[in-house]
Order: sequence, then structure tokens, then C-alpha cells
Amino acid sequence: MDSGAELFDQATPHGSQPPTVPVFGVDPYADDFLTDPYADYEAFRDAGPVIRLSRYNAYAVARHEQVQAVLTQPDIFCSSAGIGLTNFKKEKSWRTPSIILEADPPDHGPKRRILTRILSPAALKKLREEFERQAAFFVDRMIEKGTCDGIKDLAEAYPLKVFADAVGIPAEGREHLLPYGDLVFNAFGPINERFEKRMASAGATMEWIKTICSREALTPDGFGSQLYAAADAGDLTEDEAALLVRTMLSAGLDTTIFTLGNAVVALARHPEQWALLRDDPSLARAALEEVMRYESTFQSFYRTTTQPTELAGVRIEAEQKIWVGIASANRDPRRWEDPTRFDILRRASGNLAFGTGIHGCVGQMIARMEGEIVLRTLAERVAELVPAGPPTIHFNNTVRGFSAMPLTVTAKAS
Amino acid sequence: MPSITFVLPDGTEKSVEADPGANLMRTALAADIASIVAECGGAAMCATCHVYVDEPYAALFPPVGEVEDEMLDSAAEGRSTASRLSCQLTMPDRNITLRIPASQQ
Repeated sequence: MDSGAELFDQATPHGSQPPTVPVFGVDPYADDFLTDPYADYEAFRDAGPVIRLSRYNAYAVARHEQVQAVLTQPDIFCSSAGIGLTNFKKEKSWRTPSIILEADPPDHGPKRRILTRILSPAALKKLREEFERQAAFFVDRMIEKGTCDGIKDLAEAYPLKVFADAVGIPAEGREHLLPYGDLVFNAFGPINERFEKRMASAGATMEWIKTICSREALTPDGFGSQLYAAADAGDLTEDEAALLVRTMLSAGLDTTIFTLGNAVVALARHPEQWALLRDDPSLARAALEEVMRYESTFQSFYRTTTQPTELAGVRIEAEQKIWVGIASANRDPRRWEDPTRFDILRRASGNLAFGTGIHGCVGQMIARMEGEIVLRTLAERVAELVPAGPPTIHFNNTVRGFSAMPLTVTAKAS
Repeated sequence: MPSITFVLPDGTEKSVEADPGANLMRTALAADIASIVAECGGAAMCATCHVYVDEPYAALFPPVGEVEDEMLDSAAEGRSTASRLSCQLTMPDRNITLRIPASQQ
């Protein structure tokens, strides 16, 4: 899709040179935009360091440098007005702000610290062996089937088992987790038809989520119980512990599922890259990083200005929503060489798929561990990973992924 | 411009100039300092940009932050009172020395 920009003259109260901000009328939440957003992102980036999305009355940053600048100045570009399109300071929201994702300092730090401890690399080491065992189980089952779905059979099945077990929720009813995550991530965009449709069918799911986030429903040693232990220690209230269990389930599952799915799709579509990984499974971690750069799960979200400011020479008033183009930054040729090329040998770290700064994804190390283990297991056990049909895109206002990827897989000779 | 002297695990030293205010992790990556991995890109989430900042340089930096404090416990090479995450530090206006641990992962 092609979207031309018009120019928007900034008000010039002091008679200074009027900088112009390119204006785009395109809807970044429309199906045809989301099907292949990358040409539009390129147009956004090329138009200027800061642009406007007139349809949503928001500024937007799509280049790596400005996305990073916005994310690392939380005092100017805050999260407490909501990381979605709704400005909590001005508009009434149907949902309660997240107490971690949508909190600013000093409220943010103490909660962040608790999650950091629970999800630290040291804590994750204890889970690795079981995560590896489960990956082998799911990959072997795909090989037995021969023709399978890389999304349902692996990208969805694996985190629904290992991550949900790690949080400590019951095995029964986990099918609710996918529509729940879908609802949460749709809610960061506009209240459009896609969102309304999810919301209309969310009743039973919301009821189930509420039940399983309670202290009694959780296994004694999981992340969820560790949050309640923090409540017992006086570091959180009981309600905050419940909300953070819920946050783990919304933030930690769909995102990983889509990332694993994007990895499977990217590798199936690039046989030469798959061959590199298959021949050297130690590339798994680097390959995952490149998947996140190339096809970022979190495409975009918002920050809100707390004060009048200037970004790359553009004046922005207080209380303005800024669309933060994560996936676009990860394909910015100003930062990446040949950015449209999927290349698992490149140094892809420094990509912004997990965000950065104080709100950089707190679960990124467990997500990396899941991704690395899955890709390594595939590389160790699978010889051929070939599309048996086109992938089906899953439309969501904020996250990008697929709902099906038919595959033919064969076992590696042992 | 002030400079950073990196003391590498084998005892050799490498000095690079840095603008005051520059992020130390990013400066180390740009200078190709091996064993600063910085997998999380500066979110204080991976503890793979661990450095030792000895006196008198330690006093040039603000105290260890609450999230940094949690994360230093995950550093691959033992934590000491000199341990910092270089992603959380910015260049002061004078020369400093950083010791680089042998392992980060």
C-alpha cells in the first residue's frame, strides 16, 4: 500500500522558521495496511524523523534513532497516560491501566524490581531442562505427523505448556489464554471493529482469567505464587499481586507465540537461512534475534508527552500521543544494512523488539530462552522444513503474527 | 575528550575516547570490546554488560539502581562491590577505568 504525505505547518508563536511535519492519512490498523506494513513504514521513515497520523490525531516516530530516543526518556514521553491510543489523563478508559506497563517512576520501579527478580537469568536456569524436554516432545510430534501446522503444533502449543506451567496456572481452560491476549493487544489500538468483535465474545474468558489469577488457583512454586509471596512480604498488595499474575499471562504468552510463529514462517520462507541454522544449531539464539528484528511481534504502541518538547527539531506540545514504530525502527536502513533481508548471521542485537529503557520487556530473557530452545531443537532434529501452503496472517491492532503455517517436516538422520 | 580504559580479562588494556554523557555499554560495543554482550540492548534485563568499576572511579557514578541491583545477582562472573551494569552508566567528564569480566553468559 502506498501512502503519500502532506505537510503540516507547525504553529510559530515566536516567529521562528516554521518546520513542517509530514502528515499521513493512512490507517495503520486497517487490514490492508497490516497485511504488509513495511512499504508504509518506509514512507513514514523517509518523510521525516517525526510525522503525524491525522486519522488518530497522533504524532509518530518510525526511525530507529527517534524510537530509541522516545523510549529512553520516560520523564518526557510517559507511559502513565496509557501505551494505547487512549489518553488516560484526558479520556475515560474502559480498562484499568497496567500497574507496571503504564506506570511512571517512582511507582514503576518497586514493581519492576519484583518481576526482574522472578524472571532473572539466574532464576530461569532452573527451568531450562524442563523447557528443553518439552521442546523435544513437540518437535518430535511434528516429525511423526510429517505434515503439520507450525503455528498450532509448535508456536502455540509450546508456550501454552511451558510458560503457563511456569506461571503456575491450571492445565484446564488454557484455550482462554489466546483470546485474552488478543483482546489485550487489540485494546492498545483504536476502538475499531476488530476490537469490538473480540470484546463482544470476551465474557467467559475474562471470568476464567479472574479465577486463575487468584492465590488458590496457582501451583505453589510458580511465578504467580512468587508474586503472592511478594505480597506476603509487604512488597505488593494482594490486589497488585493478582494484577501482575494477569499481566504475566497477557504480556508473556501471545507475544512469545507470535514470535515463535514468525520464526517458523521466516525460516520456512527462507530455505537458505533454515539450512544455515540446521547445519549449525548454535546459531539458534542469533536467529531468534534476527526474527525479532525482521518481523517484530510488537509492531507499535504509544507514549504521551508530559511537557512541551522538541524531538529531532520538531516541537511537540504537552499531552500528545506519539505512535512508536518498533517494527519500523527494526527495518530502518539508517541503522541496519540491507534491512529487508532476513539474515540470521547478522548482529541483530540492538533491535527494539522488546522495547528498551525502563519499560523494556521484563520477560525478555524467558522469551529468549523459549525461542532459543525451540529453534535449537528444530535445528537438531529436523532436516526439511518446507511450506505445505501459505501462512495465514492473524490480524491484531498491535502485534503481528500468523494463525497457521502448513509445513512438511522430515527427521534429521541421527 | 575524556577516555575510558578497558582492562580486559587477560590484563591488556584498550583506551577509547567518549563524550561526557555517552552510554558506557554502547561505547564499549562501538569499540568492539569482546565480552560486553549487552543482549537486552540496555534495559537492565540480561546482566551481560557487567563491568567492575573500582575506586576512585566508582564515586563518579550514581548509586546502583533498584533494578540494576536485582540483575547484578545474575551476572555470570561473581558480583563484587565494584560491580555495575555498564548500560546504566554514562560517561563522566574525566578519564575512567573499567575492568571487564571474563564471562558474561
